Amino acid sequence: MKNGFLGAGRVAALAGAASFLAATPVLAELGQPRPWQLGFQEAVTPIMHQITTFHDFLLILITVITLFVLALLVYVALKFNSRANPKPSRTTHNTTLEVLWTVVPIVILLVIAVPSFRLLFAQYDFPKADLTLKAIGNQWYWTYEYPDQDNLTFDAVLVEEADLKPGQPRLLTTDNEVVVPVNKNVHVLVTATDVLHNWTVPAFGVKVDAVPGRILRTWFRAEKTGTFYGQCSELCGTRHAFMPIKVRVVSDEEFASWLDEAKKKFASAPAPVKRAELQKGNVPARLAVLDR
Amino acid sequence: MAGKAGTADHHDHPTGLKRFLFSTNHKDIGSLYLIFSIMGGIVGGLLSIGMRAELQEPGMQIFADPHMFNTFTTAHGLIMVFFMIMPSLFGGFGNWIVPLQIGAPDMAFPRLNNISFWLLPPAFTLLVISLFVPGEPGTNGVGGGWTIYAPLSTSGTPGPAMDFAILSLHIAGASSILSAINFITTIFNMRAPGMTIHKMPLFVWSILVTAFLLLLALPVLAGAITMLLTDRNFGTTFFDAAGGGDPVLFQHLFWFFGHPEVYIIILPAFGLISHVIATFSNKPVFGYLGMAYAMAAIGAIGFVVWAHHMYTAGISLNTQAYFVAATMVIAVPTGVKIFSWIATMWGGSIQFRTPMLWAFGFIFLFTLGGVTGVVLANAGVDRSLHDTYYVVAHFHYVLSLGATFGLFAGWYYWFPKITGYMYSEFIGKLHFWVTFIGVNLVFFPQHFLGLAGMPRRYADYPDAFAGWNYISSMGSYLSGFGVLIFLFGVFLAFSRKEKAGDNPWGAGATTLEWTLSSPPPFHQYEQLPRIK
Repeated sequence: MKNGFLGAGRVAALAGAASFLAATPVLAELGQPRPWQLGFQEAVTPIMHQITTFHDFLLILITVITLFVLALLVYVALKFNSRANPKPSRTTHNTTLEVLWTVVPIVILLVIAVPSFRLLFAQYDFPKADLTLKAIGNQWYWTYEYPDQDNLTFDAVLVEEADLKPGQPRLLTTDNEVVVPVNKNVHVLVTATDVLHNWTVPAFGVKVDAVPGRILRTWFRAEKTGTFYGQCSELCGTRHAFMPIKVRVVSDEEFASWLDEAKKKFASAPAPVKRAELQKGNVPARLAVLDR
Repeated sequence: MAGKAGTADHHDHPTGLKRFLFSTNHKDIGSLYLIFSIMGGIVGGLLSIGMRAELQEPGMQIFADPHMFNTFTTAHGLIMVFFMIMPSLFGGFGNWIVPLQIGAPDMAFPRLNNISFWLLPPAFTLLVISLFVPGEPGTNGVGGGWTIYAPLSTSGTPGPAMDFAILSLHIAGASSILSAINFITTIFNMRAPGMTIHKMPLFVWSILVTAFLLLLALPVLAGAITMLLTDRNFGTTFFDAAGGGDPVLFQHLFWFFGHPEVYIIILPAFGLISHVIATFSNKPVFGYLGMAYAMAAIGAIGFVVWAHHMYTAGISLNTQAYFVAATMVIAVPTGVKIFSWIATMWGGSIQFRTPMLWAFGFIFLFTLGGVTGVVLANAGVDRSLHDTYYVVAHFHYVLSLGATFGLFAGWYYWFPKITGYMYSEFIGKLHFWVTFIGVNLVFFPQHFLGLAGMPRRYADYPDAFAGWNYISSMGSYLSGFGVLIFLFGVFLAFSRKEKAGDNPWGAGATTLEWTLSSPPPFHQYEQLPRIK
């Protein structure tokens, strides 16, 4: 991802970044951050594609504006320092200028607003769900439920560094993972049992707070198979940094066979000790699904 | 000069403890605020260097447990906001300079002014105490961030640390509210004859707008944290769904205060930057009325944009759409100011003294921080950036690089007037360059971290984020060194005692404080100046 900020002091950082970028493999891993990354993770949903495109547009705009201001400052410093211009002018008004620098920013903002609102409304244009997933935040792990699938339920807890298998990224790997089929509309219902959490997968372009007492929803349609990671994004106590999200996107056949295994693996086992410890009181029955 | 009854000449003013503990002098109180801010800044800065030291490499190296890291995050934010930037810009420069610039002998309520200051040390002490008493189960201190969202700050923090923090905030808030009342009354009623509102200096305008923001926003914070207190201790359930309440209510209440708060922080810097630029360009400010009313517009609009901090919290689509539009509107008056500052310099005869370096840096870096704010204003893309390091980068650019550069511009500009001594130009410029490089190294890479997905308020991070974190940490050590240079410069100026004179800046310094001696007499304007 190119970055256009070319002011003094940033050239060094950019040169370093460029040389590192050249050294990293061409096929960066999907679904997780890369060393020295400059931009968004690669998009695998239509919404994330749209977010990335809109941000690219904004980045060009803000780079031009910032460089313009920098250029003006450099010009002023060179042309109007006391040696170059010993006699200062007394100009304090210029109606044309004042109108221009009010109206032009307004026009720029309107130009931004069109794709901005299109993106925002697209994020809330829920297509018919092929699969519904519930993500429930606890201190400090996620519980997942598949209400369409006999309410298959399991917890996903961080795998500690000592227990990682080779290739598993530190602080992102969980013992169980969310599995969803590729190219299907997944509705995600998010809530929490104790304090605020936040469920997000950067490659999908989804991020929604987990609020005790509310069910908030988002949706995604993953276009590629693979494993995609996210991390809790609302401060929730000591192990806020240690309750990641792992989603594996698979073909329909693989999803069907995973479902069979999962239902057996997670069926009718007594609730894990962790959940019992964290019973903090009942969540009211009148939970409303909040959308537009 | 014969002393009239009721006036004090230089033999009559109090000394020692009485002078500073029971002060009714705006200059002494301003100095107390400035000294207090330096202490707050050192503590807040040490906390941030501690955090950056932990984040220098993946893994937990320094902090025994992540909760302690979270208490550092929380304390750093609260201290820098309430005990560094507000007391220095509003309390310190506001108190010192506003009466001088409007031709008033003191503030409208000189004794109220004193208690405004002296409420702050107890507030700070309460916050420090909170770090050492139980908070979340098995820990000490408040780990909820400066935003202290419920339910983490209610059921999530059963220990008294949160109650200490709530009391600290109440007292600091009261200090600012009383100060705001004082400034509004002073500025409306005590301008010298001939100084109409539309002739008063832009710094006074900025303090006036800031005072109104404080008066209207702080009571909402007080309400919100009182509701936290009663949820915690008296069985209410404002923020508890099981009792019919809602955690999102706290966010609305907090940010209704929180967003005006950031304008409270930056507006005095806007005001003083106008003076620095005009002085060192030897040219009047371009578009005075536009500048004044742009500040008023920023202040007013700042009250109706709060939920851009809550795009992922569960507010509806149409609500998000409104806040996107309202937030983007603020870019217009802000742009007017940036271009007006440049137009002030255009055609001027610029001297690159230390205050002007800081002002130049301010304009460029505040613009940079402002444009990332425009990015974040768009809820569609904030979906990906919320609670990431992109947000941390944005607000530190406008705060650590905006407000703080404004603070140092004001410091070097007014230091000769306040102390009577000239600072060392070499040390001042060295301070600027070391800080400029340092803070850009800290915060520019954080944009990349946020885009790549690194969440904020994390004590440890996935290994892929190591590179930019290392650079950011190196920048923090350099910035810390910059603070040492600053402190050395202060010490050097007081040792050398090089007299600054009434006006070291020349014809470009046209506001009233430069007609007085440096430092001004204990009581100035015993005869009010007449303004043409």
